[in-house]
Amino acid sequence: MDKFTLLTAVAAPLNLANVDTDKIIPARFLKTIKRTGLGKDLFSDLRYDETGAEKPGFVLNQPKYRHAEILVAGENFGCGSSREHAPWALLDFGIRCVIAPSFADIFHGNCFKNGILPIALPAEICEHLMADAALGTNARLTIDLENQLVIRPDGSRIPFQVDAFRKHCLLNGLDDIALTLEHATAITAYEAKIPTWQPTIDGV
Amino acid sequence: MSRTLFDKIWDAHVVDRLEDGTCVLYIDRHLVHEVTSPQAFEGLRLAGRPVRRTDATIAVVDHNIPTEDRKNGIAEPESRLQIETLEQNVAAFGVPYFPYTDIRQGIVHVIGPEQGISLPGMTIVCGDSHTSTHGAMGALAFGIGTSEVEHVLATQTLLQKPAKNMLVRVDGTLPPGCSGKDIVLAVIGKIGTAGGNGHVIEFAGDAIRALDMAGRLSVCNMSIEAGARAGLIAPDETTFAYIKGRPYAPKGEAFDQAVAYWKTLPSDADAVYDKTVILNAADIIPQVTWGTSPEAVLPITGTVPDPANEPDEARRAQLQRMLTYMDLTPGQPLAGTKIDVVFIGSCTNSRIEDLRSAAAVANGRHVAPGVRVLVVPGSGLVKAQAEQEGLDKIFLDAGFEWREPGCSMCLGMNPDKLTPGQRCASTSNRNFEGRQGPGGRTHLLSPAMAAAAAVTGALTDVRELV
Repeated sequence: MDKFTLLTAVAAPLNLANVDTDKIIPARFLKTIKRTGLGKDLFSDLRYDETGAEKPGFVLNQPKYRHAEILVAGENFGCGSSREHAPWALLDFGIRCVIAPSFADIFHGNCFKNGILPIALPAEICEHLMADAALGTNARLTIDLENQLVIRPDGSRIPFQVDAFRKHCLLNGLDDIALTLEHATAITAYEAKIPTWQPTIDGV
Repeated sequence: MSRTLFDKIWDAHVVDRLEDGTCVLYIDRHLVHEVTSPQAFEGLRLAGRPVRRTDATIAVVDHNIPTEDRKNGIAEPESRLQIETLEQNVAAFGVPYFPYTDIRQGIVHVIGPEQGISLPGMTIVCGDSHTSTHGAMGALAFGIGTSEVEHVLATQTLLQKPAKNMLVRVDGTLPPGCSGKDIVLAVIGKIGTAGGNGHVIEFAGDAIRALDMAGRLSVCNMSIEAGARAGLIAPDETTFAYIKGRPYAPKGEAFDQAVAYWKTLPSDADAVYDKTVILNAADIIPQVTWGTSPEAVLPITGTVPDPANEPDEARRAQLQRMLTYMDLTPGQPLAGTKIDVVFIGSCTNSRIEDLRSAAAVANGRHVAPGVRVLVVPGSGLVKAQAEQEGLDKIFLDAGFEWREPGCSMCLGMNPDKLTPGQRCASTSNRNFEGRQGPGGRTHLLSPAMAAAAAVTGALTDVRELV
């Protein structure tokens, strides 16, 4: 996983609430056995028409947002399915940070596993950031994870909350599994105490 | 200190605690399917890690699998590759597996309870958001992403912080014509798709107690549609009777010991919840969604809302977008809306009780002209049971299609898809834009309501037919 420390980038405004993971990456694109290559299918039904041509009105098809690395969106972003293909598609497109008033839990957790920072901020602040994003390349946002700040184009600073453990992993690009395996002794001790009535799945 | 059902299961599974309160949480059961696991097994392979507990893991194919005759294998190359990849992975890592040629194959959230693999008091995960289904067994069950699938395969644990507790109490008696599906749709209509964010919802009250296991599984299945991390129902005699004798359930003395423990799980009488919502079951009318979010739901007696009445601008735009997508007019009665396709199936409503309820409406009637009806049982065993009861004959006589088990048209990863503009009455769980196929329009409802739509060709109040 790539580290996330400081990011200054164009932010794309996606002013929709309840953007579900089927919208982010429709199910027909989940037939891959890889994590990469999904960026072209990101927001497929919003981004392309029936013939596969780009819809010029969609935000990420506009020249100023083609290289956006931040997305500002409406409430309950990422609701629906647990598919990690949603953050994979965002990442493959180049998005490293999503800012919204709220996120669905599973999507929120999945972002951190992939070096994407989801930032939840009050709706009125998101509206200001949405307005900044609407200025396109003239208005880059800076995300400072170490100091937990979003810095607006006018220099004003907005603090945000992030879980301490997840922040640590993101700043250092750490693999969860290796960290958990440091608890292997405790896991083995726990397993020794599982009650004998609890069946195992031995053979099928 | 008094504790909820959730608190008790959580506390019993904490292996270790990190400084910031994150817990290393032990996982008792890991259900694996073909779509969200290939990258996880690849990760294990790259790191040279084994599956820590193959005896706590079970794999099955469901999302991609065709629901037509499968004797000649899987035609679609990408689906075939994903299924073959799972088969290679389970063989290489020694994970128990039900192939599609096995009668026990089915939708992962149907077979877990059916096989006695999902048991009360357990922590259960799967790379699928509808893992919340298994909460009906009195287990803490939730969906995870592929990185977490790999994490569980490697460590049998997850790094998690506890959720908040929410109580949804449904008092009274459910009226005829209503089911667990109508309860959960009514709950989502009340609290919204983000109403449960950060919470585990415990469903309680007389109307929940009165549900059979299939009804309870439908309720917990859709708790994710209310944004909840998981849904839970306290185990009781209905649960124990359901579990007894299932293939992977404890047997003999072990079963008695298990029941003694399971009886300690229900929330303490003075347990405190962060949020409480109360519904009266007697007020519930058969539900149907009209929009592209499960919260956009109304009684079948309702009319399509008018965005003009919505004061909030963003919300108004959202309603308008839904109506345009769904091709509905403000003020239009929901009943009478013509449909093209009916889908009876999915991890929400494909159990034998669901099929019986649909068959009771279909019996002696015939599909309306021009309507296509797919009935997709949740597992090979559900299919066999239905055939033993003659339900297949009722469906076939009514002009419905009787198919092989799988996820099917719930999400259209296999060939069962809507075409653009088609309108579907569906017993599944999501009505998002394009969910059942690009441009498809979904109305979520119960199996009985789906059968009523099938025979009339329009959204119909099933109470008029029974």
